[in-house]
Amino acid sequence: MSNRKQSFQPVLVRRVLRLVRPYWFFVAASLVCAAVSVAAQLLVPILCGDAIDAMIGLHRVDFAIVARVALAIAVSTAITAAAQWVLAACNNRIAFRVSQDLRRKAMEKLQHLPLSYLDAHPSGDLVSRMIADVDTFSDGLLLGFTQFFSGVLTIAGTLILMAVLHLGVTAVVVLLTPLSLFAAGFITRRTYRYFRDQTAIRGQQTALVEEQIQGQRVVQAFGHEAESLRAFDDVNDRLRDASIKAVFFSSLTNPVTRFVNSVVYAAVGLTGALLAMGGGITVGQLSVFLSYANQYAKPFNEISGVVTELQNAMACIQRVFDLLDEPDQAPDAPDAAELQPDGRVSLSHVAFSYTPERPLIENFNLDVAPGQRIAIVGPTGCGKTTLINLLLRFYDVDAGSIAAAGRDIRTVTRASLRRSYGMVLQDTWLRTGTIRENIAYGKPSASDEEIVAAARAAHAHSFIRRLPQGYDTVIAEDGGNLSQGQKQLLCIARVMLCLPPMLILDEATSSIDTRTEVKIQKAFATMMEGRTSFIVAHRLSTIREADVILVMRDGKIVEQGNHQSLLQKGGFYATLYNSQFDTAG
Amino acid sequence: MHDLLRHLKGYRLVSVLAPLFKMLEALFDLFVPLVVADLIDTGIRNQDTGYILSRCGILVMLALVGLGCSVVAQYFAARASVSCASSLRRALFAHIQSLGFSEVDTIGGSTLITRMTSDINQVQNGINMFLRLFLRSPFIVFGAAIMAFSLNRTVATVFLLAIPVLFVIVFGLMAITAPLYRRVQTGLDRVLGATRENLSGVRVVRAFAREQEETARFEAFHHALTRMQLFVGRISALMNPLTYVVVNLAIIAILTLGARQVEGGMLLSGDVVALVNYMSQILVELVKLANTVILISRALASLSRVTTVLHTPVSMAYPAETGPETADAAVAFDQVGLTYAGAGDESLSGITFAARPGETVGVIGGTGSGKSSLVHLIPRFYDATAGHVTLLGRPIDQWSREDLHRAVAIVLQKAQLFSGTIRSNLLWGNADADDATLWAALEAAQAAEFVRQKPLGLDEPVEQGGRNFSGGQRQRLTIARALVGQPQVLILDDSASALDFATDAALRKSLRALPWKPTVFIVSQRTSSLRHADQILVLDDGRLVGHGTHQGLLETCPVYREIYESQFEKGGAAQ
Repeated sequence: MSNRKQSFQPVLVRRVLRLVRPYWFFVAASLVCAAVSVAAQLLVPILCGDAIDAMIGLHRVDFAIVARVALAIAVSTAITAAAQWVLAACNNRIAFRVSQDLRRKAMEKLQHLPLSYLDAHPSGDLVSRMIADVDTFSDGLLLGFTQFFSGVLTIAGTLILMAVLHLGVTAVVVLLTPLSLFAAGFITRRTYRYFRDQTAIRGQQTALVEEQIQGQRVVQAFGHEAESLRAFDDVNDRLRDASIKAVFFSSLTNPVTRFVNSVVYAAVGLTGALLAMGGGITVGQLSVFLSYANQYAKPFNEISGVVTELQNAMACIQRVFDLLDEPDQAPDAPDAAELQPDGRVSLSHVAFSYTPERPLIENFNLDVAPGQRIAIVGPTGCGKTTLINLLLRFYDVDAGSIAAAGRDIRTVTRASLRRSYGMVLQDTWLRTGTIRENIAYGKPSASDEEIVAAARAAHAHSFIRRLPQGYDTVIAEDGGNLSQGQKQLLCIARVMLCLPPMLILDEATSSIDTRTEVKIQKAFATMMEGRTSFIVAHRLSTIREADVILVMRDGKIVEQGNHQSLLQKGGFYATLYNSQFDTAG
Repeated sequence: MHDLLRHLKGYRLVSVLAPLFKMLEALFDLFVPLVVADLIDTGIRNQDTGYILSRCGILVMLALVGLGCSVVAQYFAARASVSCASSLRRALFAHIQSLGFSEVDTIGGSTLITRMTSDINQVQNGINMFLRLFLRSPFIVFGAAIMAFSLNRTVATVFLLAIPVLFVIVFGLMAITAPLYRRVQTGLDRVLGATRENLSGVRVVRAFAREQEETARFEAFHHALTRMQLFVGRISALMNPLTYVVVNLAIIAILTLGARQVEGGMLLSGDVVALVNYMSQILVELVKLANTVILISRALASLSRVTTVLHTPVSMAYPAETGPETADAAVAFDQVGLTYAGAGDESLSGITFAARPGETVGVIGGTGSGKSSLVHLIPRFYDATAGHVTLLGRPIDQWSREDLHRAVAIVLQKAQLFSGTIRSNLLWGNADADDATLWAALEAAQAAEFVRQKPLGLDEPVEQGGRNFSGGQRQRLTIARALVGQPQVLILDDSASALDFATDAALRKSLRALPWKPTVFIVSQRTSSLRHADQILVLDDGRLVGHGTHQGLLETCPVYREIYESQFEKGGAAQ
């Protein structure tokens, strides 16, 4: 129950209400419609009862009353139907619009979150907050809310109408109905445990299946199928046993509550019939009581279901709010200028670390003149992206400063700083869309001629032309229909179109064939002409021709200098370099 | 469908009993309005307290028996559906395991996982609901109509009109909205895709300062989705009001027709109550039926996805015993060609070479040149579609599965570990290996140092997919795993790509010093990794364009020279 208290904190509820406020008119309309529809529906049994009382027996039927009742039922039905439709339409509008609002806010948030947050949180989790959690929230909360409201109204209305008819029979219904709630609650509590078991084992099984299927080549190469199947059987059997229990016990709720309702029905029938015998109530009224007894328990069961759904919705919206409440990256300084890049970059006394316990860069100094080439060298995973993160201000330095064109980069707008760099990374991100849109990503206003020129300069024109729709070929999500090399050429073309005065390039070409690689090299060379370039270098020629080599290891810059000076120093660079040509090896 | 029945076979009795008991329960439900009519028409009318008591007693009895039937039915349904799903899941898993690589390539790994998990869950749900409701609901609908006829033929005609109209509304609306809901799903997928894309490309988006445009694009997608949702919502919101109208019109008809029958003495007022009750029961069951149909159609879609996999034939057959030795080369290819399933062109053609025991063979070439395809033929991941592959003197298809796995170990490009411990992973290579063997393998794979640094050493836990190890560490552990079995042929399929040059060099050195002298195939993009190989195979576009030693190839093979020079430009190698 503490869980329930938590999920309905006043702060959270107020915040949820604020989300719905723009749609107050629809909320009001929805409530009115719910009330109207409940009232009109509750009238029908009473009307039927009147009609039945008008048919006493042979030659004792009052057709005038029957006709009046028929008309009244028709009117109330029409009202109910209209109210129900409007109710559903209002609820849909509220639910879908609130989802849209939430997701738009979340998307805006994503664009402003610091990269430190995005790097630290698995993207699957963020996606599920934005999509699944928002859905659960809008479904659960908004539909649950009106169901709750109509449920309470139905209960209240039924009680009042029954009490008006006869207090005694009403007492029977009121006293016995809680039985069905107790029964339902009892079963739910019991099944919770089985469901938890089932979920846990299912999770284990999914993990096993994922692993085995992803690693199937290995499983087969080592002839490990029998062992794998045994492990699978073990978890599969446990899942079966747990599932049978969970499915069975949870499916008891309906029969048991139905049974309790039938007993209530019989009790109402008994007291009602005894009363009717003495003329306390009419046969028509008995039929009214019987149909109310049938309906009365339903909203109770619905409400208990709604409460769970509401709790769930609150838990989900909490996760969405948590995302929305994450602090934005520090905004641009209010007087931030547009950077006028000239190719100069200087880092002075820079210190940086992702976590305070693990200092990475300390007191790092580097002056880059326009047109210089800086090679970043080191084993895979040595943290070469750290430097890129700092130069583009994806992360801020902890101490010291970075200046571009003589200005501290914290005093210029992020947009102008980033536009001053062209970036081609190993992770070749393309967006779903046409080739044309992708090349023009940094300059959507580019003309067709400009786009083709950029593609030519990137040596991408020839392969694009051979694609079925040329420049209008649509690239699937994560570029599935292109090879790695082609994707990289498109990334180069994307930069070629803007060609800013500074470049950040990653040479890694491990999955690219030689011929494409030669093209990429040529494209890189064209780009670097006269531009300040930071290159994550893998090629000896690049390294040797660099003006400055930064040698990185375990995230730290361990050495700095040119090829000759570093070789003479005989440090880590020398070891790296020599191992490649270790003829004795 | 046929497959499902096969898996239900062991539960035939339960799966027949479940709906039968459900129908019994429904039958008892159907009697209730009749008993109530009796209560009114006989009990109250005759002022017979005993009769009233007995009727109410019957009502409780009916409820009790109904409960009993229902509990039994629910249990049988749960048992049948869960057991059937469980058996289906096992069959699917076993079948996926037996599939060859070309089949798995065609279907795709992530779809296989979805089919194993959520699709089979859908099937289970579908069977369960089918057993519980699919017979019960129509039974109540038609049973109510029959009961109505037993009460009064004239009034019962209302049922004959109302039931088809209700059917048309419920199923007609479903038929109209189903394709629209699929479009909503597509819209949602697009929103989802845009979200994922923005997260994966966050650096590029920000580097090009395109945050606002991305948000606008997302909004446009979402706007389209919302419009679609509202449209479908308005249509499907018709279901409740329309059915309510039809049922109430029917009730009006029952009352007016009933009034005339009562006037004529053909019907008692209690019977009118019963007729109205039957009408209300029909509506409740029809709505349940509609929901069941949705669930079952989803389950059928899932089932067909599952059976597609189950029906994918296994293309490879192994003999029970390994055949006799007929030649002396460790690995020999004779005019080998390979065409992947569904591909138009050969991925390998006319490959001929032979490797002697203990030799090191380098394989080099660009992406898509066929390097991996070539070495994948040695452990028989695929069968050659032309020519012959010979392993340790026997044609490859005369090796039994077990012997083949013992003789050949391959380390794949993607380093794949399995949850457990370092030890449990290494034991894959040879379940009986002792610690000394494991450590020797780790030493040779250049992995001993970091394993020793782990607090638990060999018993250090490995998380799913080995994600608690770095890429380089995973590669070295997978190499060690292959070495534990001391295979006669060892294949490294570009599996040292995450290692720095120094570690790569040390690894190659230790491989040459392995005491049991295996034949080693090294696939690499780097000429530096292959220069000491006894022979190097140069592939280009699936063809063998060069074959010889490093020095020889530099002189004779332009493709090799091109690769070499692109890596050591201007002859800059420190020779």
